[in-house]
Amino acid sequence: MINKQVISLSEAVSEIYDGATVMIGGFGEAGSPIELIHALIDQGAKNLTVVSNNTGSGNVGLAALIANRQVKKMICSFPRTANSTVFPKLYGAGEIELELVPQGTLAERIRAGGAGIPAFYTPASVNTPLAEGKESRIFNGIEYVLEYGIKADFSLVKCAVADRYGNLLYHATARNFGPIMCTAGKVTIVQAKSIVEPGQIDPEVVVTPGIFVKKVIEIKNPANESELVADEMKYPW
Amino acid sequence: MVKSDIKIGWDRAEMAQKVALDIPDGSYVNLGIGIPEMVAGFVPDGREVIYQTENGLLGMGKTPSKEEEDRELVNAGKKCISAISGASYFHHADSFTMIRGGHIDICVLGAMQVSKEGDLANWSTGKKNAIPAVGGAMDLVAGVKRIFVITQHVTKHGDPKIIEKCTFPLTGKQVVESIYTNLAIIDVKKEGLFVREMAPNVDFDYLQTQTGAELNQYKNTK
Repeated sequence: MINKQVISLSEAVSEIYDGATVMIGGFGEAGSPIELIHALIDQGAKNLTVVSNNTGSGNVGLAALIANRQVKKMICSFPRTANSTVFPKLYGAGEIELELVPQGTLAERIRAGGAGIPAFYTPASVNTPLAEGKESRIFNGIEYVLEYGIKADFSLVKCAVADRYGNLLYHATARNFGPIMCTAGKVTIVQAKSIVEPGQIDPEVVVTPGIFVKKVIEIKNPANESELVADEMKYPW
Repeated sequence: MVKSDIKIGWDRAEMAQKVALDIPDGSYVNLGIGIPEMVAGFVPDGREVIYQTENGLLGMGKTPSKEEEDRELVNAGKKCISAISGASYFHHADSFTMIRGGHIDICVLGAMQVSKEGDLANWSTGKKNAIPAVGGAMDLVAGVKRIFVITQHVTKHGDPKIIEKCTFPLTGKQVVESIYTNLAIIDVKKEGLFVREMAPNVDFDYLQTQTGAELNQYKNTK
C-alpha cells in the first residue's frame, strides 16, 4: 500500500540534513509552506541553500529560517519585499550569499531540473550584468545565455488538496512555483489544507501527479503570514 | 521654466489612460508594478483586454473589497486582486512560457532610465550597498512582443530619465517601443526618438530641455 501521509510536522522534515539544497514554494506569502518552514526551524538543519522567489517577511516563515542562521545561500529573483528586513540586513553585513536569477529563468531552471534537462539557453538577461561570465550562443541571429537546471535535495510546498498518493490541487495564485518544485525535489514534502481519499480528486484536474511527491501532511488551518507580520510575531514563538 | 498655476503635463491617471488607448482590442497584456497597474482601469468601452500576472493568473480582474480579499489571490506586486469569469491559473514555468515564448502582446513597465535606442534600466541603480532585485522584468522585455514604458519624465531630483545611454545596469537592450511620461508620448525608432504627443502646456523646446537625448517631431506631432 502506498500512503504518503505523515502525521507530525517533525516527521515531515526529519530527513533534511546540513548543507542540503531546499526549494521552498511561494510568491511572497501566497503558497509559502509556513508550517513546514517552522518545523525546519525546530529541526535545525544548517548551511542550507534555499531556492525561493523571495526571502520572507517580518520574523516568521522563510525570514525566520534565515534569521535563525540556517541559510548559507539564497537563490531567488526578488530578495526585497514589503516588510523584508532579515535578509537585507544579513546580506548587507556579508553574512549570507545571494544568487539573483530573473524570475522566468528561475522557473525554467527548476522546471529543467525536474525534467532531467541539465541546461538550456534563454534570451532573458542578455546584455545585462546577470549574463556576465555566462556562456552565450547565437540562434537565428539572436543571442541567448546558457542557464543550468536546478535540482533540490528537498522541496517544501503548500497546496490546497492532496490524497495519500500525493496528487495535488492548488488554490489560485498560491500555485506559482509549487508544481515545478515538486518535480525538482528528490524528496518533496507537501502541506495540504485537506487530505482526501484517492479518487476524490478528478484525474482530469490533478495539477501535480503523485509521483512527484514523497510526503503529505494535513495542515487544516495554516497561519496567515501577513497577519503574523502585522502582529510583529516572531518564530520560534 | 517659471513656476505658475498653469497645470503642466499629465497626472498618473492620465498617463495610464494614454497607454490604455494604445492597447488594441483582444490583447493579452502584462502590467508591471506601480503606475502600470492603473492602466487596467482605463480600457476604452468596446475593447476586451486580458491581463496576465506573472505569478500565475490570466484574466486579472478588479481590486476586491476588503471582505473579498484572498491572500492567495495576488498580483505581481503581491496586492490582492480578483479573477474574471473565464480566468485561468497556472504555475510559474507556464507563466514564463507565455512571456518568454512570445505569447503576450504588450507589457507595460516602469523605468529608471530609457536610452534613445530603447535600452531599459529598471531594476538596479548598481550601487554597491543596494540589494539587487530583478523579478520578471528581464524575461518580460526579452519575450513580450511590444514593451511600453510609463514613467515620470525626470527623476525626483529633476534629472532626465530619457537619455543617450543608460548609466544604470540594463534590464534589456533595444526593447522599448514607446515611452509615456507626464510630459509626452515618445516613440523609439531606428532613426531616433519621435514625439507623438505633448501634454497640455508642454512645448517641444521645453520637452527637449527635460530630455537627455535628441528628440524629433513627426509631421503630425500633437
